[in-house]
Amino acid sequence: MVEQVSSKAHQSYQRLHATGEFAELKRSYLGFVVPVTIAFMVWYFLYVVLSNWAPGFMGAKVLGNINVALVFGLLQFVTTFALAWAYQRFSARRLDPLADQLRDEFEREVGA
Amino acid sequence: MTTSLVAQTSLTGEYRGLTAALFLGVVLLTVGITFWASRNTKTASDYYAGGRSFSGAQNGFAIAGDYMSAASFLGISGAIALSGYDGFLYSIGFLVAWLVALLLVAELLRNSGRFTMADQLAYRMRQRPVRTAAATSTVVVSIFYLLAQMVGAGALVALLLGVEGDAAKNATIAGVGALMIFYVVVGGMKGTTWVQIVKAVLLMTGTVLVTVLVLAQYGFNLSDLLGTAAANSGHGQAFLEPGLKYGVSTTSKIDFVSLAIALVLGTAGLPHILIRFYTVPTARQARKSVLWAIALIGSFYLMTLVLGFGAAAMVTGDAKQAIVDTGGNLASPLLAQAVGGGPGTTGGAVLLALISAVAFATILAVVAGLTLTSASSVAHDLYANVMKKGTASEKDEVKMARIAAFIIGGVAIALAIPGQKLNVAFLVALAFAVAASANLPALLYNLFWKRFNTRGAVWSIYGGLLSAVALVLFSPTVSGAETALFPNADWSWFPLANPGIVSVPFGFLMGWLGTITATDRTAEEHFVELEVRSLTGAGAAT
Repeated sequence: MVEQVSSKAHQSYQRLHATGEFAELKRSYLGFVVPVTIAFMVWYFLYVVLSNWAPGFMGAKVLGNINVALVFGLLQFVTTFALAWAYQRFSARRLDPLADQLRDEFEREVGA
Repeated sequence: MTTSLVAQTSLTGEYRGLTAALFLGVVLLTVGITFWASRNTKTASDYYAGGRSFSGAQNGFAIAGDYMSAASFLGISGAIALSGYDGFLYSIGFLVAWLVALLLVAELLRNSGRFTMADQLAYRMRQRPVRTAAATSTVVVSIFYLLAQMVGAGALVALLLGVEGDAAKNATIAGVGALMIFYVVVGGMKGTTWVQIVKAVLLMTGTVLVTVLVLAQYGFNLSDLLGTAAANSGHGQAFLEPGLKYGVSTTSKIDFVSLAIALVLGTAGLPHILIRFYTVPTARQARKSVLWAIALIGSFYLMTLVLGFGAAAMVTGDAKQAIVDTGGNLASPLLAQAVGGGPGTTGGAVLLALISAVAFATILAVVAGLTLTSASSVAHDLYANVMKKGTASEKDEVKMARIAAFIIGGVAIALAIPGQKLNVAFLVALAFAVAASANLPALLYNLFWKRFNTRGAVWSIYGGLLSAVALVLFSPTVSGAETALFPNADWSWFPLANPGIVSVPFGFLMGWLGTITATDRTAEEHFVELEVRSLTGAGAAT
């Protein structure tokens, strides 16, 4: 059957789950990752669709031999780096303190 | 094939000794590392997860070393060299995919699992059916990926060392297989990780070197490089625009969308990537490792742009024909030869040998990671939890993992030798499609959907796995086309080479359908525990 945890751990999980801090942690986490995931997926598939069905737009020259397609592709790199950096900042500020607090409580109750 | 072999031999012939010496250096270095790492491998946690003692930065390098396969290093630069801009489309999918891993999977998996992908599902499901399904999918994905690397290795090493004939190629495949079995059996996760870290450093160094040399030839003016590449490609400006490869027809365009789906969703479902998150002590270090991996992989793919267009611009004559004959696989090594001074020069020979040795190290590190992943899943999921129902001792489990590594390595060698006609890119794309269709739906449902249960997990894994494989069997890559595996027969009815556009939604659909038709609600009771554990790390494996 399922993995067994001690009844002490079980009670602690139940109690922590009901706290305002956990609700806040879950809300903050989902509040960041859900919209960001939708956004980068739309942005990526927009790029895929334009590459397929808008050759004129993608082939337009920007500077020398550098065209829209190349700039668009490089922008995908830029947004990936930027979102990764933004997530790391957000989680260090908003998620980690809450997670640390809850985990400390669990370890006090159950023993590390 | 014979003509390209002859062309290759004449290109590398004079300096074969140098190339062989560097290959031997790579082998000695990695074997040494493995012996060194094996001294500290005692417990199951050491063997499966390197004692969870790696730092985020170390694991980031190891992830990069595990992920950037020969398909990336040789395949993408080759695809750009042959198809121009369309080759670049691959790298973007391969990179953006890391955001899925970073935001939705890495930290939660580190907190809720122990050694394998199945651990995370088994946390709140019935162990035996879920572990059997997850282990099946882990082994299938890893074997496809492994075959791609080994078939590539056989062709590449034979060409680069200038050995000819089937016997030599078979010997190469068997040799690579024997090495990978050695790394995994002796070094476990610690040895494998250090091999991957060393490989990532070699790969990044080699790539930076060639990129700078290429750009220097064009006064660091990217536009000039692109212009020359377009002019020398024979396609003109179309070479710099999307469409050369995928824009041929509506079917090929939809095929490309299908590929894009598998690429962007597959990474976070690749078992050999997932188990790397267990090698660090905390979820925070898992996050840090993905950030390092994104930085390394992103800069690497930016450089492949220069390598690919550089090869199109600078490689000429016989060497250019060799790139075409090998489906692009020799673009990077031959570009290195060209920037070093060209065929017949010492500079060219030294750079060619260096980059070939880097490609060799790349293949070794990736096959070791894949073998370890399959062996872990067979020992930990199938043997310890399904067969022995959790009663096996740690010592027996690790012994079984070592035996499994032998068997899987042997199977991979046995399949790769007759499978040398298989297209490498097709095998990698299939591995990504299965990972995206079978593994990712189950992982995401389990983490974010309370109602999800055992039947849902089992249906989504088998549904995604079988639909992806079946669609490929009935696609033009297997029959009914000149380039197919069986060109003289035709049982194809699915028009796309990439199954993702159908099999990924099917995996999600089956997960949903299985869940809502089951009456067993025990998995829901444990969702509270899973949620607290995955988000806070409370009670996570240490």
